[in-house]
Amino acid sequence: MAKYLLLKHYRGAPAAVNDVPMAKWTPEEIDAHIQYMRDFADRLTETGEFVAEAALAPEGTWVRFDGEGRPPVTDGPFAETKDLIAGWMIIDVESYERAVELAGELSAAPGANGEPIHEWLELRPFYGVAPTITD
Amino acid sequence: MDDVALRALVPSVLAVLVRRGADFAAAEDAVQDALVEAVRTWPADAPRDAKGWLVTVAWRRFLDATRADAARRRREDAVDAEPEPGPIPATDDTLWLYFLCAHPSLTPASAVALTLRAVGGLTTRQIADAYLVPEATMAQRISRAKRTVSDVRFDQPGDVGTVLRVLYLVFNEGYSGDVDLADEAIRLTRQLAAAFDHPEVAGLLALMLLHRARRDARTRPDGSLVPLAEQDRSRWDTALIAEGVEILQAALARDRLGEYQAQAAIAALHADAPKAAETDWVQIVEWYDELLRFTDSPVVRLNRAVALGEADGPHAGLAALAELDDSLPRHTAAAAYLHEKAGERALAARLYAAAAARATNAAERDHLTRQAARLNRG
Repeated sequence: MAKYLLLKHYRGAPAAVNDVPMAKWTPEEIDAHIQYMRDFADRLTETGEFVAEAALAPEGTWVRFDGEGRPPVTDGPFAETKDLIAGWMIIDVESYERAVELAGELSAAPGANGEPIHEWLELRPFYGVAPTITD
Repeated sequence: MDDVALRALVPSVLAVLVRRGADFAAAEDAVQDALVEAVRTWPADAPRDAKGWLVTVAWRRFLDATRADAARRRREDAVDAEPEPGPIPATDDTLWLYFLCAHPSLTPASAVALTLRAVGGLTTRQIADAYLVPEATMAQRISRAKRTVSDVRFDQPGDVGTVLRVLYLVFNEGYSGDVDLADEAIRLTRQLAAAFDHPEVAGLLALMLLHRARRDARTRPDGSLVPLAEQDRSRWDTALIAEGVEILQAALARDRLGEYQAQAAIAALHADAPKAAETDWVQIVEWYDELLRFTDSPVVRLNRAVALGEADGPHAGLAALAELDDSLPRHTAAAAYLHEKAGERALAARLYAAAAARATNAAERDHLTRQAARLNRG
């Protein structure tokens, strides 16, 4: 089994096909979207492929060490052009192909007009354990 | 009887119940009930035959759960659970459980989880911790696996290759939390080898022991990798090596070679060299050729190319490497190593950096990055 991180971006990824901001959806469309994500996570728990997920608030801040005895430097909240991560899910699956299949499913979450958003998701493999057999 | 000894009885008790026709999930519940009962009553009144007692009690619990007259049964249980005299065959049933848990209808991950649960007697939480997934996820994996094999009925052992592959997967998973999966795999493979006389089972056990013997020397205390040639050989576990070599020799003497024996032979040749420079690379290449007869995999060919680079010089290794697809895992790292041996430092540094970017684990990435940095420093 291999773990993958599915990353949802607020911005920075190429535009989704059905690219309508959530604030312009109807409440029912938002409910349907959230339900889709919940069902997706439930289904993966059922198949034994779910590890963890979380949604992240948009207010991110860059932080940096600014020298001994000085408070860290901050830069933020993000300007409009910077990338933001809206949320993530970790899955544990048999193969890369399965990870791509699931990311594709997640990308089909419904948005405006109940149509799939076709949003871009980033799929990142976790580093695993060191293999033993080939020295 | 302590917890460890009690736990060791669980797989064979479970096997008896499943063998008698109980479905997997119900059998497991019944065995758990029997364990609870054992912990409660044994301190005051320990049975003569612990396993027989557990089988008897678990079987009654199972019948209880499947019959309408449950209440009457429970009263009977309380009277006397001392089993009928006569041994219950242990090895056959446990062996059968190995084959059931590695059934080809299961995915490798499910087979591994079910084997650790049913044969290894680990708790779901321990398995989940070892694989770094939530307990609920692992519980689902196991219960799906149980459902998958619940209708399986077979009377002779299935494909031993599948069982060995499952144990090999467990061994390769490393360790975390309180369960060391390599040691668990060795424990289970020892049990299998005791119950099932087969040269490849012995070969796999030898392979595991020989690799386990070198594990502590493979990493520094900070977790960074130590390549084979630089390992402190005094830190190899000589007792494990001696045992592994002995098991391997007995297996090879039977003249039924297979891929695990061939891999173990390669590991034994490494273990046998007092210094890296004294490694018998010529014989290692020969064993890789044997291995290719059983499994013509590109990964084996890649390892053979590296061994050939040691036996016949880096250019021979690079020529063998050139015949392989460069998208193979570690192809770039092997090329970097051989080019450095050939004296092409700048090219080797570039290849090490490229290999680091494609590494599949952090320790390997850091090791390759350091190799590139070492060459770049000049």
